[in-house]
Amino acid sequence: MLKIIHVTVNGREREIAVDERESLLDTLRNRLDLSSVKKGCEVGECGACTVLVDGEAIDSCIYLAMWADGKSVMTVEGLKSREGDLSPIQKAFIEEAAVQCGFCTPGIIMSAVEIVGTGKRYTREELRKLISGHLCRCTGYEKILDAVARSVEEHLRGAAD
Amino acid sequence: MFDIAGFYEARSVDDAVRALSEDENAELINGGTDVLIRVRAGKDAGRALVSVKNIPEIKGVKLLPDESIWIGAGTSFTHITNDPLIMEHLPMLGEAVDMVGGPQIRNMGTMGGNICNGATSADSAASAVSLNTELLLTGPEGERRISIHDFYTGPGRTVRRREEVCTGFLIRKEDYEGWTGKYIKYGKRRAMEIATLGCAVRVKLNGDRSRIEEARLAYGVAAPTPIRCRKAEEKLKNRSLSDPGLLSDFSETALTEVNPRSSWRASREFRMQLISELAKRALSEAVKLSGGEIHA
Repeated sequence: MLKIIHVTVNGREREIAVDERESLLDTLRNRLDLSSVKKGCEVGECGACTVLVDGEAIDSCIYLAMWADGKSVMTVEGLKSREGDLSPIQKAFIEEAAVQCGFCTPGIIMSAVEIVGTGKRYTREELRKLISGHLCRCTGYEKILDAVARSVEEHLRGAAD
Repeated sequence: MFDIAGFYEARSVDDAVRALSEDENAELINGGTDVLIRVRAGKDAGRALVSVKNIPEIKGVKLLPDESIWIGAGTSFTHITNDPLIMEHLPMLGEAVDMVGGPQIRNMGTMGGNICNGATSADSAASAVSLNTELLLTGPEGERRISIHDFYTGPGRTVRRREEVCTGFLIRKEDYEGWTGKYIKYGKRRAMEIATLGCAVRVKLNGDRSRIEEARLAYGVAAPTPIRCRKAEEKLKNRSLSDPGLLSDFSETALTEVNPRSSWRASREFRMQLISELAKRALSEAVKLSGGEIHA
């Protein structure tokens, strides 16, 4: 049965009819065409479907759409500026060549948004732990860690200016 | 699409109990990181879900007037780890739940779900057992309090009735003040892993830190349920830290109290090795955290 939920998606208030059995992943992809959110393992292990709900990174494949009612959801589509520019974190991923096939990238970028948003500096080991909820089968993670570390540094430098 | 018969978002604990009582096919869902996986695997398919995910009254950590610490059953692992009261009084529990799954899972999963699933491998379980944690359950007849030592009845089974909602956990002052503890999780990977074995040791040293006044030892995956090893604890009572038999007495006694099984993750023999070794390591670390050192 379809139910109406009210969700702020990428800063815009939306009224969406959802099936109470569907995951937030399916809602975002199939009803809102937000295809940056990838369907990977569907059991909360690969992190490809990671989005932010009220600022916290979650696996949208094991998050019921009904739970998002009244909450704020952010995906990679919500990161671009009004002029259409990529966000500093996205640019860092390009600069560090942290993208190969790209399937894991949107999820990791959303985790990076959460990590950068804490305003803290992390060791390489801590960053490894903070992105451990993502599987990447191409890169071996080093370039991804470089990109996340760069994002954190750039953000802290920007905040200090 | 999840194969569920229905979904109801409870507005309060009482509302959840009512919804569960009215539908025999309904089961409780909290963070969802276990229940939805089971549904996906077909195990809990066809059940109706009563959600307590958005009930504020079961979230957070509080210091009660009697100085017990209350942890809401709906508090996510991340929020437990980052809570100032937990960091000050129960850092061991904060660190233990920081080993569950990965960051996204820890933003979703809750201690209520972790304990109530009844899994012996739950990362919060061994710590909760070593802390003499009490559970608060609300059912149609009202609230009851139960010790975690009486909670588990078998693998994946607990005394919680289907229509009961776990609202929180209580840890008494006498179980945290003056104690330090260490939880060690053994797994093949350092993240996204279910414990092959989990070991929690807590100690309380005497004033000059030369002897152990009291100790606690609890394991996950050393038996069908999380267990506490009281005989091994007895061996450490009033024992000097320079007693040469300290570590071996502790670990060897622990081996007489456990009953691990062989599974695809590890053999019984390997788990016995871990039970002995992790007891020693966790004890040494717990003593260090209290400012003492074992000279055995």
